[in-house]
Amino acid sequence: MPNNVTTVKAEPGKQELFIYREFDAPRELVFKAMTDPKLLPRWVGPCDMKMRIDKFEPGSGGSWRFIHVDAKGNEFGFHGVCHEQLVPQRLIRTFEFEGLPESGHVVLETARFEALPGNRTKLTIQSVFQSVQDRDGMVMSGMERGVTESHQQLDALLAAGF
Amino acid sequence: MQTRRDVFQAIADPTRREIINLVAAEALNLNAIADNFAISRPAISQHIKILTECGLIIIRKQGRERFCEARLTPLSEVADWVEPFRKRWARQFDRLDTLLDELKTKKPRKKKS
Repeated sequence: MPNNVTTVKAEPGKQELFIYREFDAPRELVFKAMTDPKLLPRWVGPCDMKMRIDKFEPGSGGSWRFIHVDAKGNEFGFHGVCHEQLVPQRLIRTFEFEGLPESGHVVLETARFEALPGNRTKLTIQSVFQSVQDRDGMVMSGMERGVTESHQQLDALLAAGF
Repeated sequence: MQTRRDVFQAIADPTRREIINLVAAEALNLNAIADNFAISRPAISQHIKILTECGLIIIRKQGRERFCEARLTPLSEVADWVEPFRKRWARQFDRLDTLLDELKTKKPRKKKS
């Protein structure tokens, strides 16, 4: 499935980012996997962490809170409200990571599910942040975990004398 | 050989990446930054000095306090600064693929129409 590549667009100086991915499944199913509390822990979060659902009220006006627990038992909480759940084409939610030094850094997330020929689905997630700094901080938070890969890239670049 | 002072050097050290993460969330003074680490204040100072030389942090004076602010734009020089973030999502979506395959085979969907 060569088209099932995850793409991230985060242009410099903007308050938003986009995540694109195609799936070899009908959009009703992709939508279900993204909104069914029994299915979410199967794929959401880093693979070395367990996901726990503290609260999940899908549907417009409901609220949610997920917790990722690492091997040492450290907990990382995320919460927000479901603004709109339009089956099977659109999800709009707010998102806040509870581990930041101060609260109030909220992200507005819109997930769009587009039906493609051959029972395929294109997912587009748009995340709008309150500031460029918030967005860059979120993108950077992946850096620590992906450090090995970054270093391999860095080594390659340095070796090439870029 | 002359010491490099670029964004690659800035992010090559885990403590410096952690400092960038901290000040990206909010501007902090040296003491507030140092409180997050077990290493000495002079060592933290040295890391901050390198980060300012690399253009990722600027020092803003406010009264007698000196606050470190993140300037993350130079990171776009790193061809793939988004890559670790993208990989994290890619890994999740790969697991979602597995789940979707399972759902497709397990449930021959009953269509009531």
